[in-house]
Amino acid sequence: MPKTEYVIEPGKQEITSTVVLDAPRELVFQAYTDPKLFAKWWGPRGYENRIEKFDCRPGGEWRVTQVTPDGAEYGFRGVTHDVTTNERICQTFEFLGVPGHVALQTATFEPVGNKTRVVAHVVFQSVMDRDGMVASGMQRGADESMERLAELLAK
Amino acid sequence: MTEDRLSVTFAALADPTRRAILARLAKGEATVTELAKPFDLSLPGVSKHLKVLQRAGLITQSRSAQWRPCRIESERLKEASEWVGEYRRFWDESFQNLETVLKDLMKEKKSDEAKRRGNDAED
Repeated sequence: MPKTEYVIEPGKQEITSTVVLDAPRELVFQAYTDPKLFAKWWGPRGYENRIEKFDCRPGGEWRVTQVTPDGAEYGFRGVTHDVTTNERICQTFEFLGVPGHVALQTATFEPVGNKTRVVAHVVFQSVMDRDGMVASGMQRGADESMERLAELLAK
Repeated sequence: MTEDRLSVTFAALADPTRRAILARLAKGEATVTELAKPFDLSLPGVSKHLKVLQRAGLITQSRSAQWRPCRIESERLKEASEWVGEYRRFWDESFQNLETVLKDLMKEKKSDEAKRRGNDAED
């Protein structure tokens, strides 16, 4: 199972996620840019992706609606700014639940033997945007124990 | 929860001394003097940190008792850890799904190649 490392620093407007996937980078790039494949993996388990538009060429638009297991729908859209085959994808990203707050996300793919290191870097327009974007679309309800708190403090 | 409140919480958590103070308070109430001791801080120094934590809603200080003990308020910390947790869950599970997709792709590729080799052998 891949282990993702996150850098989410307080007071900053960016998030960096790094993961090493057990596949050559041509395939990872394919999974990022082929809409049929992308729909299969983006989002938590049990979520469905409805691909409205998926143009991964520079200037191309993408628009995806995510449907949660209880039927709620979340829309996302953006424009592909730049693509270097097998190496890098740079796109804008906007959650339609809070329109107008646009982030810039860049995914880079580096070969590590037969594996691929994916570095996903997202820059928001402000710290508030970063902290608010996910908060607005997230489900709460899970009543967390103090364990989570201890985990946070241990960092 | 407003976004701004979350930013204030994160800013308060950014300091290692303040996190250590919270870790101490997670075990139970403590006075300012008790909190200052293990961190080798002056009373005004620890008071400064406590004010930041208080403003972020992470702790409260009792007004009634003479020694005014500090107490942790877990609600705000829960909000902060839920936010990070939710983002992580999204991408942890996405990357797990992605690895399954990649495994299937590799299998397909291998069987295609095997087929091609089979065809070549027949030719």
